[in-house]
Amino acid sequence: MAIYFQKREIVVPGQLLAEGRYRSSIGTYSKDGKIYASLIGLAELRGNTIKVVPLEGVYIPREGDLVIGIITLVAGNNWKVDIGGPYGASLHANNALRRPYDEDISKYFDVGDVIAAEVIAFDRVSGPFLTMRGRGLQKLRDGMILNVSPSKIPRIIGRRGSMINMIKDKLRIYTIVGQNGRIWIKAPNTKILRIAIKAFKMIEREAHTSKLTDRVAAMIDEELTKIRGEQTEVSGAVPEEKPEEPPTEAEEKAPEPEGSIVEEETPAKVEEPESKSDEAPEAKIEAPVEEDKEQTEEEKEEVKE
Amino acid sequence: MSPEVKPDFLINAEGLRIDGRRPDELRPIEFKVGVLKQADGSAYIKQGKTFIIAAVYGPRELHPRHLTLSDRAYLRVVYRMATFSVPDRKKPAPSRREREISMVIANALKPALFLEDFPKAVVDIFIQVIQADGGTRCAAINAASLALADAGVPMKCLVPAVAVGKADGTLIVDLGDQEDKYGEGDVPMAIMPLTDEITLLQQDGSFTREELLEAMQMGIQACKYIHELQKDALMKAYATKAPSEDDDFDDDMETDLGEAEIIGEED
Amino acid sequence: MGDYSAEIISHIDRNHIKELLSRGERIDGRRFDEYRPIEIEYDIVAAKAEGSALVRMGATSVIAGVKVVLGEPYPDTPDEGVTMITAEMPPIASPLFELGPPKEDAIELARVVDRGVRESETVDVKQLVVEPGKMVYMVFVDIYALEFDGNLIDAASIAANAALITAKFDEYKWENDEAVPTGNRIPVPLKNLSIECTIAKIDDYLIVDPLLKEEFVQDCRLTIAIDENDNLTAMQKGGGSGPMTLEQIERSMDMAIASAKDIRELIRSTAKERENA
Repeated sequence: MAIYFQKREIVVPGQLLAEGRYRSSIGTYSKDGKIYASLIGLAELRGNTIKVVPLEGVYIPREGDLVIGIITLVAGNNWKVDIGGPYGASLHANNALRRPYDEDISKYFDVGDVIAAEVIAFDRVSGPFLTMRGRGLQKLRDGMILNVSPSKIPRIIGRRGSMINMIKDKLRIYTIVGQNGRIWIKAPNTKILRIAIKAFKMIEREAHTSKLTDRVAAMIDEELTKIRGEQTEVSGAVPEEKPEEPPTEAEEKAPEPEGSIVEEETPAKVEEPESKSDEAPEAKIEAPVEEDKEQTEEEKEEVKE
Repeated sequence: MSPEVKPDFLINAEGLRIDGRRPDELRPIEFKVGVLKQADGSAYIKQGKTFIIAAVYGPRELHPRHLTLSDRAYLRVVYRMATFSVPDRKKPAPSRREREISMVIANALKPALFLEDFPKAVVDIFIQVIQADGGTRCAAINAASLALADAGVPMKCLVPAVAVGKADGTLIVDLGDQEDKYGEGDVPMAIMPLTDEITLLQQDGSFTREELLEAMQMGIQACKYIHELQKDALMKAYATKAPSEDDDFDDDMETDLGEAEIIGEED
Repeated sequence: MGDYSAEIISHIDRNHIKELLSRGERIDGRRFDEYRPIEIEYDIVAAKAEGSALVRMGATSVIAGVKVVLGEPYPDTPDEGVTMITAEMPPIASPLFELGPPKEDAIELARVVDRGVRESETVDVKQLVVEPGKMVYMVFVDIYALEFDGNLIDAASIAANAALITAKFDEYKWENDEAVPTGNRIPVPLKNLSIECTIAKIDDYLIVDPLLKEEFVQDCRLTIAIDENDNLTAMQKGGGSGPMTLEQIERSMDMAIASAKDIRELIRSTAKERENA
């Protein structure tokens, strides 16, 4: 029994990580009683399980993932959806629309439309298949899509959403983080949008470093101070007046559900910030953070509260 | 465009080669990982005057569809030389040589990859030779395996490669262009350093059985040295840029990296 | 680069870009008439090519190499050398570029850059003669895209000019019916330095040096080659079939003339720095 790496050491493919009765997990393989890294990443030991947290890699779907997709084809009762990575996804109308629906489903979602959806099945030979039945799953409008490396998404969300919630609180933006590396952002104005992009890019670049939440928060505060043109306390609330922003934009409702598109319980999933309040908007959409099912469920509960 | 002249000797009276190297000495090698922004992974190698860029795209959807494999990803390698990479301008169209080299590079890398993780997909490796001064297929393999790691393609190990050969009766490592052209033989090879298994082996010229086995031993040693350079380059590209505060257990990294997932597995 | 009207651009990207333009902004924060920072690195292929340059504009980069070889002149121009520019869009540079023989847009790229150099008579072909009717120099400039994030034409044009302006080749003389090297290294005879500037039209907005995402939504682009006397030596309207008004073309010309000046100055000053280094 021996371990050949330091905690969170960057390891390279082929590097010997351990010998003896350890369990090989993601980013590793075992051969002749030895465990080696198969990816560049950070080596971790938990219990007797060894894994390498990847620092790179394309998106491989997992059941339960929230993804942001672009409709690429309408075929009969199916949409083909680009979710990045090697596998194009399918969305069946029954998983998106309330019956009866029109024969021509392109009137609901057409080529080029962007959706937030959930992966319901994937086994690398068939699928992935998507659904839009669920909280926050809808067609996205306005805003923009930022692409980051899918392997950095857990860091962008943070522990129980700590990172993403911090960013939302400080910048008062709407955002949906797809596990496939696409982040939908809707900001009150371009300056705020640029700070948000800078924050996400910073996390992507420095994902393998410590104390990142604090540094990102500090960067955002600094940038906010700059655009205010005056010193303010670190609370980070967005300035009351937003000069560039057309008034209609501020009043604009968050994405409305399509009339005949399935909606469970709550109609609009992305809530509008209470612009007069000092309170930051509460995040209503969160991507599942952890692989562990129980944990994910627990977190979903938390978010609901 | 000046015509090249055959040198009078390849090994001088002191036993040194035309560029002053000892028989078992490699040219200076420089690797850099992450050099192209559009590619999923990339790396360049400068080995002597040879300069090659390798890019990896994927695993991604494979077109045309009829090439798809149901149980693993298809590995597609395209090795191309720039027209200006050689003394005479090379014709732009792909040559038979380029196609063959593409294939042997694919075969050299395949055993090191977990292609079965991505059925039906393709992993594309594009290799552009910018300047050719001998040993391009081996240099290409060296750069390509770094580009694969940079793309996050799961692999058993990096694959280092080098050419060994013979000049004026002396066994030599890492042939330069003139040694390749005017020497007595050339053996490009690649290995998987964990097991010393050989994944690329070609030969031209004439060797005795003993010479060839000795040359291959020299090649394995040289590959192991190159492997160290590869690992260094990869580490360097991903080196932690964090402020060097002491590693605090309360920091935010622990759980972000998926701790919960493994706690669940513990019981 | 090409016509992306058939590509699937998300409605969100399209609206985002257009909405920004309507407020006078671009996705990367540049002004409409502002190029990305241009970096030129010379002598990338010093050991094999007569001249070479790597040009970076943001996340777009191209490499150009000059080869000079001897050959017979064309029968109709016995007292002129030959210049030829080729350009490739290899799959290394973008997930959008495909394997296989060059597609229309790659051919267009090569032809537009070639015209920019030849129509403005950048190279003085009269001086590329070893022996009239028998032997001339043939100057090849081959360009490879390495990274594609929009505006390949301008990057390729800059790289071609930078490689040409720094190229040196072996001089030959004609003796006893054959070409004999004189032992001198001479520069490529240049008369002019023509720069290509590309303007993308999106709705009624005109922007220089479009990013890939901007090319995705452009109605069309207009490339204009400008020589040292501010004369226009080549134009190409492409990258989509959207029409342009005369007024838009006039504005594009002014944008191109202004940008070409700066770019030409950059090439000249960096080439001089290289000389002095």
